[in-house]
Amino acid sequence: MSSSEVANRPGANYLNVDYGIKSWLLTTDHKRIAWLYLVAITFFFAVGGVAATLMRLNLLEPQGLLVEPETYNKLFSTHGIVMIFLFLVPSIPAVLGNFLIPMMLGARDVAFPRLNLLSWYVFMTGGSIVMYALIAGGVDTGWTFYTPLSTMYLNTHVMATATGIFIAGFSSILTGLNFVVTIHKMRAPGLTWFRLPLFIWAMYATSIIFIIGTPVIAISLALIVIERLFHVGIFDPALGGDPILFQHLFWFYSHPAVYVMILPSMGVISEVITALSHKKIFGYHFIAFSSIAIAAIGFLVWGHHMFVSGQSIYAGLVFSALSMAVAIPSAVKVFNWTATLYKGSISYEAPMLYALGFIGLFTIGGLTGLYLATTAVDQHVHATYFVVAHFHYIMVGGAIMGYMAGIHFWWPKISGKLYPDGWSRVAAVIIFVGFNLTFFPQFILGYLGMPRRYAVYPPEFQTLNVISTAGATILGLGYIIPLIYFAWSVRYGAPAGDNPWQATGLEWTTASPPPTHNFEETPVVTEEPYGYDRIAEEIQVA
Amino acid sequence: MHNSQTQTVVYEQFDDRTQQHEASSLGMWIFLATEIMFFGAVLTAYTVYRNLFTTAFEVGSHLLNTKIGALNTAVLIGSSLTMALAVHAAQMGKRKLLMTFIASTMVLGGVFLYIKFVLEWLHEYHDGLAPGLHWTYAGPQSGHVAMFFVFYFILTGIHATHMIVGEGIMTVLFVMAWRGRFSKERYNPIEMFGLYWHFVDIVWIFLFPLLYLLGAHGAH
Repeated sequence: MSSSEVANRPGANYLNVDYGIKSWLLTTDHKRIAWLYLVAITFFFAVGGVAATLMRLNLLEPQGLLVEPETYNKLFSTHGIVMIFLFLVPSIPAVLGNFLIPMMLGARDVAFPRLNLLSWYVFMTGGSIVMYALIAGGVDTGWTFYTPLSTMYLNTHVMATATGIFIAGFSSILTGLNFVVTIHKMRAPGLTWFRLPLFIWAMYATSIIFIIGTPVIAISLALIVIERLFHVGIFDPALGGDPILFQHLFWFYSHPAVYVMILPSMGVISEVITALSHKKIFGYHFIAFSSIAIAAIGFLVWGHHMFVSGQSIYAGLVFSALSMAVAIPSAVKVFNWTATLYKGSISYEAPMLYALGFIGLFTIGGLTGLYLATTAVDQHVHATYFVVAHFHYIMVGGAIMGYMAGIHFWWPKISGKLYPDGWSRVAAVIIFVGFNLTFFPQFILGYLGMPRRYAVYPPEFQTLNVISTAGATILGLGYIIPLIYFAWSVRYGAPAGDNPWQATGLEWTTASPPPTHNFEETPVVTEEPYGYDRIAEEIQVA
Repeated sequence: MHNSQTQTVVYEQFDDRTQQHEASSLGMWIFLATEIMFFGAVLTAYTVYRNLFTTAFEVGSHLLNTKIGALNTAVLIGSSLTMALAVHAAQMGKRKLLMTFIASTMVLGGVFLYIKFVLEWLHEYHDGLAPGLHWTYAGPQSGHVAMFFVFYFILTGIHATHMIVGEGIMTVLFVMAWRGRFSKERYNPIEMFGLYWHFVDIVWIFLFPLLYLLGAHGAH
């Protein structure tokens, strides 16, 4: 069948309108660009995952099972750099955000579709340069690029990696710009700010961080490249520079970047919890403003990464207090989700399982964050596995669980197909179990004093490390299952129907998969979001 | 589906020209905000070191050619004037006037870059004031004076990069104007570029005193 015949069919949608490779690589359709990102970040996730697997295998033995310490340094650097800059930062914004923001707003596309495609190419350029650096021999700075280690002492591919991340950063900036303008200017008639889905509020807060934070990391990495290239003093103390200044500049972006990774997940969880509890979200305004509060306060806490770096103790006190303040809007969200669940008609499909997992794991990750924000406790556990465990409870237990929840929730809309219900629930449970088995022992390891980033360790830590590696194996398996059934469902899955979850939101009012311009007619919004009580009544009447 | 194809100047994702114009204005201002953060990070680093090494930074500043820097400031402000006139000409729908003013802005921008590269950077390189490439300055605190010059080259370098990008965009705009692509109804790209160009000028207005005018110049 030729593509023009397909396009003229009444059932034409954004997927079957054209199958040519050019129609994908030159598309300006936000839904197809979401697919481009989905494929790219899944690849990068696999790269980062392989590095993590090799690290965990190496830690089976106290003296190191697999690799030399130098290689191990490259493995944890690769894992961190790829997972953060090439997977987590773009994950929900670039895939689900791209797909959903125009649909949730009742718009035909984002404000700047060509810029949106350009963002993907910029991202791929940066990502390819990082991949080149890995193949050429790798980098061993850690994902933090601390100076003067990164600028004067290491003889690995620091410049290529930094250049790649510098370039990929512009993809974040342009995406954030596009989203903010889209949310301000492309809303359907009647869609006021307080009728917006909470996912939009979360993406708005995320985009603000992209816009304000990313330029700073970009220029900081450029300064590293300049210092390395010309051997001039910017951060190197031997040349009069101040390495602490680099840490300030780095964390000014990289701490808010943690909120770039978690805020979108919080947006997803808000949608999933209310839809699968079949109950109106509790405390809409509080959840909306807590996203903005997290983004705003998140810019003022970077110094908590530097409690032991020689920053002034008075600065440390202020950063400590502000860091604890972030717990307030975070807790507001958790309480509101829990209150939404209360007396809800909860169904335990895969997205809900991930969402419930998110709430539990994020709470643990958040509370251990308070330990680390306490300067005295941080002295003890700084740069140990306690930090690694805390970070992964937020980033994997939080951000990736949210990403999985979102992909499972909107997959019927994105692909138009249903995935196998049973397998998806099994995978969600496997991931939850595997995750806890991997990272909970690391809290204990860290508290007992095992430092992070070492290829070898004292024999008394072996049991906990073996448990952690066993957990990582289960976790890895858990990630492979969805990959298989999602790919399977594209071809063999049953048609999903327009609204398989009986969810509210404009994206569910159009076909699955949606037509190229999303809506047959521009929708007009006349009511508050999350009218699940009304839907429940309608179902009863019917 | 909403049909906006009859008005060719409105892209299909927008309902009307007002929405399109508001979206591109907001987009441009947000872009400029990212630029402020971009320069802001380097200026923060500059400020930290200037406070730590005040004397060395003053010595470095005195080694720059203030007169040529002042001349360049005047050239750039002149280019802002011609840019503002270009936007006005576009709004009036005067094609030839628009082309004239874009061309004048390009020429003034080119003069700025010529002065920067040939009369300043090249001289500083020959005089051994280029850290990492050719550094022969042997006065007191040579290391920290070198750091001043590192920031001088980074800041003026990023600024010049923005100018070069601007010259490239203006070339495109000039060709578009020549082909009659702008009118009273469609001058948005000119207006948006105008914002960019003024921003680049304003950055220089900050860089000139921060780099050229440290310490009491009159005393020397």
